[in-house]
Formats: sequence, C-alpha cells, structure tokens
Amino acid sequence: MRFIPHTEQDIREMLETIGIQNVDQLFTGIPAGLRLGDTPLRLPSALSESEVVDKLRQIQKRNPDPEEMSSFLGAGAYRHYSPAVIGSLIQRGEFSTSYTPYQAEVSQGTLQAIFEFQTMIAMLTGMDVVNASMYDGASALAEAVLMAHRINKKSEYLIASSVHPEYRQTVETYLRGTNHQLVNVPYDSTGKTDLKFILKNLNNRVSAVVLQSPNFFGIVEEYEELGKELAEQGTLLIVVVAEPLSLGILKPPGERLADIVVGEAQSFGLPVSYGGPYAGFFATREKFVRQMPGRLAGETVDRRGRRSFVLTLSTREQFIRREKATSNICTNQGLCMLAVTIYLAVMGKQGLRELALLNLSKTDYMKKKLSKIQGFEMRFSGDTFNEVVLKCPKPANQIRDALLEYKILAGLPLGSYYPELDDSLLLCATELNTVEDIDLLADKLEAV
Amino acid sequence: MEVPNDLLYTHEHEWVRLKGNRATIGITDFAQGQLGDVVFVELPAEEAELAKENTLGVVESVKTVSDIYAPVSGKVVAINKDLETQPELVNIDPYGKGWMVEIELSNPSPDMQHLLSSDQYGNQCKNQE
Repeated sequence: MRFIPHTEQDIREMLETIGIQNVDQLFTGIPAGLRLGDTPLRLPSALSESEVVDKLRQIQKRNPDPEEMSSFLGAGAYRHYSPAVIGSLIQRGEFSTSYTPYQAEVSQGTLQAIFEFQTMIAMLTGMDVVNASMYDGASALAEAVLMAHRINKKSEYLIASSVHPEYRQTVETYLRGTNHQLVNVPYDSTGKTDLKFILKNLNNRVSAVVLQSPNFFGIVEEYEELGKELAEQGTLLIVVVAEPLSLGILKPPGERLADIVVGEAQSFGLPVSYGGPYAGFFATREKFVRQMPGRLAGETVDRRGRRSFVLTLSTREQFIRREKATSNICTNQGLCMLAVTIYLAVMGKQGLRELALLNLSKTDYMKKKLSKIQGFEMRFSGDTFNEVVLKCPKPANQIRDALLEYKILAGLPLGSYYPELDDSLLLCATELNTVEDIDLLADKLEAV
Repeated sequence: MEVPNDLLYTHEHEWVRLKGNRATIGITDFAQGQLGDVVFVELPAEEAELAKENTLGVVESVKTVSDIYAPVSGKVVAINKDLETQPELVNIDPYGKGWMVEIELSNPSPDMQHLLSSDQYGNQCKNQE
C-alpha cells in the first residue's frame, strides 16, 4: 500500500484552494536548472542481491577498519569495551522495540529497565530525578537550557567555551529565532573555565551557567563555590558530562550544587558507530521535576500490592498538554538506554570505579610519555581524566595526517573548533589503548 | 454541587469573591469534581501583573492538566502557599481553604459583564453534566 492517502479529487481541491493549476507549480521556487523535470535519473543498471552486498563491501573497504587502527580519538565519542552480554540481552524478543512504549503499562519489562536506568544515573550524578533518556548529550543540553528558562524566565546564558563545540552549536540551533542570548566564557591557561569571568558577568538576567566536566579539553572543572553565588542571583547551574565514566571516580555534580546535570551515555556499552545513535541523560532536582522534559518511569504497587512500574507525571507531555507541553520530547532512546542499563548493571559500582582508574592511569602514562618528546608539551596544566591536549611543533592536522600512514588515529586537531589551538591535538586513552600503542604513538610523533 | 450565591463565576469554572478593590480567585466545586484528585497547583509569583483572561496558573490532577484564567486584571497580592503541600484542599474545600490567589484590581470598578451570577453558572454546569 502506498502511504499517500490523497485521492485525485483531494489533490484537485487542494490546488484550487491555494489557487494553482498543478502540482509542478508548487516547485517554481526551485531554479529550472536544478529540477529534474522529465529527464530520467542516470542510474546504473539493476544488480542482484549478492552483487549489491559485494558492491557495498567494496565501498566499506574505503573506510579504515577501526579494529586495525590504533585510535586516540575521543572528543565526545569514547571507545570502551562492551561486554558480550549486552548484545545478547538487548536482542531478546521481550525488548524488541527500540521505541518508548505508548501503551506503556503492558510493557513492564521495558518500564523496569527505564526505572533502573533512571536510578543508576541518579546515583552517578547525585541528582534526585532522571528522565527515561534523551536523543544524545547535545540535545539534552539544549533541553536543559530551555528548562532553565522555564524555571526562572530569564534569557541570558553564560556557557563555557570548553563545553563540547557541537553541543554548543546544538544549543544555538535550539535558541535561533528567540531573544535568548548566549555568552561564551573563556578558558584559562590551566584549561579550566574562567570562573572570575562568570562572577563578573553574573547579573539577575542570567538564567543559567553551563559548564562541562571533564571539559572538551579533558580538564576537570572545579566549581565547588560557584553554585552558592549563582543561587543568590536566581541563576541555575547546568553541568554537562560527555564522558560519564569519569563519574566512577569524580565527585558527582549533584554534590557540587548543580541544578541540572545532562550528558552523553555512549561510553556505557554503546559503540562509537559514526556518532550515533547514542543516549542522552537528563537529571535534576525534585523541585524542578514538572519543568523537566521527556518521559519518566515510576515505581508503584498494583491492585494486589505487587511491585510494578508506570509512566508518571505524563501531564507535562504533549498528548495531554498539547502546545502547552513542557517540551516536544515525547519519547526516549529505548534500545540504547537498555544497553546502557545492562552495561551499568554488569559493571557495578566497583567495576565502574576500577575501569575509571584504569582510564586515568593509561592517560597519565600517555601524558608523561608525550611530554618528554622534544617540541611537544601539554597545552593545559589542569587535572585530566582520560583526555589531554597536546601542543605540537607544527599544525596539528599535518601531524594527524602523517600518523595515519602508521594506522594511528592521533586524536582530533582542535584548529577547526578553536583557531587559537591550531597547533594542538586532543588525545584520548581508554582501557582499549595498550601501553604498546601509546609507546608507538610517542615514537611516531617524535619522528614527525 | 455547591454554587455559593455571594460569588461571581466564569465560563471556565473560576470563582471570584470581591471585597473592596480585592478579588480572591479559585476553581469551583463543579471544576474540582470534573478534574478528580488534584495533585499539583502552579500559581503565579506574588506581585505578578495579571491581565484578564490570561493564564494565571495550572491545576494538575491525576488525569489531566488545566489552565486557570484570570477573571479580572490586577496585581497578585497573595497566593495560597498551603496548596504547595496540600493540593487536595482544592477538592476538599474549593471555596474556602482551596482558594488560589488574591488580586488587587487594577481598575477599582472593573467591568464585570463577562462574569456569571451563581444562577447563571449553576445552569451552565447543569447543561455540561
């Protein structure tokens, strides 16, 4: 069945209503030279299924095989080992929808998984309530900014330049066409956000301050005292976590007076996979729960007193509140969220902590090793988790290109995001980077 | 269903008690009955300026959410803070302890043509039942 419900008569009536003769006239805004018109598409002749598979395999080979590369890329997408149990569990028939349940309460298993996801993220972030997940970290941040405005009706935001540049772009996109104003907060020589700049620019028009920790440069932000100052102005503190594994050893943002904590859960069992699909998380204080976007699973008891799960506070959502809904998020990242939940359950509190420590020590080793190379040095002096910025003696993209020859992905050249850091590479080391890999990276950098 | 005859009403089921240049506002017995158990009431900030027929707040029950509209224009001089912890007062005592806001009228002798008497409002509810 074609999913085009219009009859010939419908189409005629619609054309009449808007006063045109035929459908083609709808496209007159597109220059004639760009329109296909009656010219047939120049497509190759049809292939059999096996030929198509073969063809696609040829195309695939043009990508470097990530398994054969030694990768030091991070920058918001982190390589971690994903236990096999995740793949086998998420494929179970009972979970075989990637989507949020609409006839929710019949899907008790899915609701329980969501409830457990919320609980574990609440523990990691130190916050009261967490929603059923968002599309990704970037859109979660944009929603956090909109939520801050709903809470205090203010429209200015101080956002650290060390927040992931693509997250900042997403926020800008969400705010385009509104009178909201974003002010970028500079970073200092330690790589941390300049808190003095924040205090200097703080006034009663500022809705929220946005920080990322560890920030885009891998530096752990210190903002213990900031929350108090912000509260006095009625300004909210939004903390972004792009590498949530860091929460295995860092103090949760909830204990550092954050009002909203958002982030990316990809590190927890989701493949890097060309940048998606990932799962964003969104956490806040209980007093703000009615302003929170997205779905929420709650625990209750049924008629016979048995533990059961429901979607709760749905009255904030579109299907009840229509245009007055809290946000237009009426869904969650069901399948990815499930993978994250299983990952966290498998790792456990101790496992997560050990893995975080392993990432830290790998990165410390890399830091020491790379700092010793003539001409190279650490760009920033602040404390790091599993990413560092390396200052190079020549443009960073030339160095990256040179190392590709040895099947080394030597991190991300920062120049395209930060022109002033044209000579710098952002490098990440996780449990999957061996000491030999790091030694080889150092050798090849030295030879460049 | 109770419709006290000393109050004025709106088509949207708010009641208004006028005293000098002040108006106390809540939702009617009929409205609370239709909404069911009220679980949350969102009220404006004190000092907020309200314009007639604009949204004043929100009442959330287990099954739905409804806007409350300002029946008259003016400045909010008091809000019922008890509703923060005891939203059920709206169900138990809609014309008493379940009051929502008190407004100081911007026009001391406002036009009340758009408001209904208890008889008119009672008839409207009968038709809606």
